[in-house]
Amino acid sequence: MKLRAVLAGVAFAFYGLAFAAPENLSPEQTERYHSLLEELRCLVCQNQNIAESNASLAQDLKRQVADMLVAGRSDDEIKSYLQARYGDFVLYRPPFKPTTWLLWLTPFVVLIATLLIAVWMLRKRRPEPTSPDSVDREALQRLLDKE
Amino acid sequence: MSRWVLIAPILVVGALIAVFAVGLRLDPSRVPSPLIDQPAPSFELPSLRAPGELLSERQFEGQVSIVNVWASWCVPCRLEHPLWMDWAETSDVPLYGLNYKDAPGDALAWLARHGDPYQAIASDRAGDVGIDWGVYGVPETFVIDATGRIRYKHIGPLDPTSMEETFRPIVQRLLQEPTA
Repeated sequence: MKLRAVLAGVAFAFYGLAFAAPENLSPEQTERYHSLLEELRCLVCQNQNIAESNASLAQDLKRQVADMLVAGRSDDEIKSYLQARYGDFVLYRPPFKPTTWLLWLTPFVVLIATLLIAVWMLRKRRPEPTSPDSVDREALQRLLDKE
Repeated sequence: MSRWVLIAPILVVGALIAVFAVGLRLDPSRVPSPLIDQPAPSFELPSLRAPGELLSERQFEGQVSIVNVWASWCVPCRLEHPLWMDWAETSDVPLYGLNYKDAPGDALAWLARHGDPYQAIASDRAGDVGIDWGVYGVPETFVIDATGRIRYKHIGPLDPTSMEETFRPIVQRLLQEPTA
C-alpha cells in the first residue's frame, strides 16, 4: 500500500516534469501553451501530439511555441506558422478544404447512408397488418373454456 | 430486395478492399511538404568549414541546386552518402549541405572519414532553420530551381533506384527550364 503511494507520487512527479511549461510564461500563456501542444501532431512519432512526444524535434517545436507565446503571437498565428512548414498534417484538427473534404465528410456520409438503408429495409420488411376478416367467436369461446 | 441483400455486402467489401489497396501502399511517414513551389525559406548560418563566413539562401540563386540535410548522428545518412560522393564527381549541379543539430567537430570528423561532397555546408546547431524548412526526419533532400523555389523534397535516404528513377530525372527537367 505504502509502496503504491510512493510509486504514484513518483509517477506524478515525472508526469509534471514531462508537461512542465517553460517558467517564463505567464499563467494565461502556460494554459495556451498546453492546449496548443495537445493539438499539434509530432511528425516523428505520428500518433503522439508534441506534448507527449520526447522526439528531439518535438522538444524543438515546444521551445518554438513557447518563444512565440512570449513574443505575444496569437494561437492562430502559431498554428499557421507550423502549418506553413509541416502542412495540415501537423494539426490534429485540420482545416476544412477540398483536400480534406473526404476526411471530414466520410463519417457523416456513411452515417446518413446507413440510416437511409436501415429505414428502407425496415419499411420493406414490416409485415402487412393481419387481422382476420371474421372471427369465429363461438370457436374462440370454446377454446378458452377448455382451459 | 433479396437481390440487394446479396449484392450490398459484395459492394461494401469491394469498396473496403479498394480503400485498403490504396491506403496500405501509401507511406504515412512521408508527409507532403507545403513548401513545394515556395521560395526557399531564408536563413543565415555559419559555414561548417569556415565558421566566420555566413551562408544564406542567396547562395542558391541563378542555378538549380540541391540541399541535403544531414548529421553525423544520422545513421541513414551514411547509407545515401556514396550517392552524393558520386553526384559531386559526375554532376555540375551544386550540392549544398545543411548540417542539422550536430556538433561541428563531429560533423567535420564524419566528413573526413566518409568524404565531403558538398559545395558548402551551413551549420544549423539549434535546428531552427530545420524547422523553417519543415525538416522532421534526416536525411532530407531539397531540389531548388534557378529562381530559388523549392521544387522537390525527398524524405529519408535516397537509394540507387530512387536516385535514378525519380531524383535525377527531376533535376534534369529543372535544368531544361528556361530561367526567368
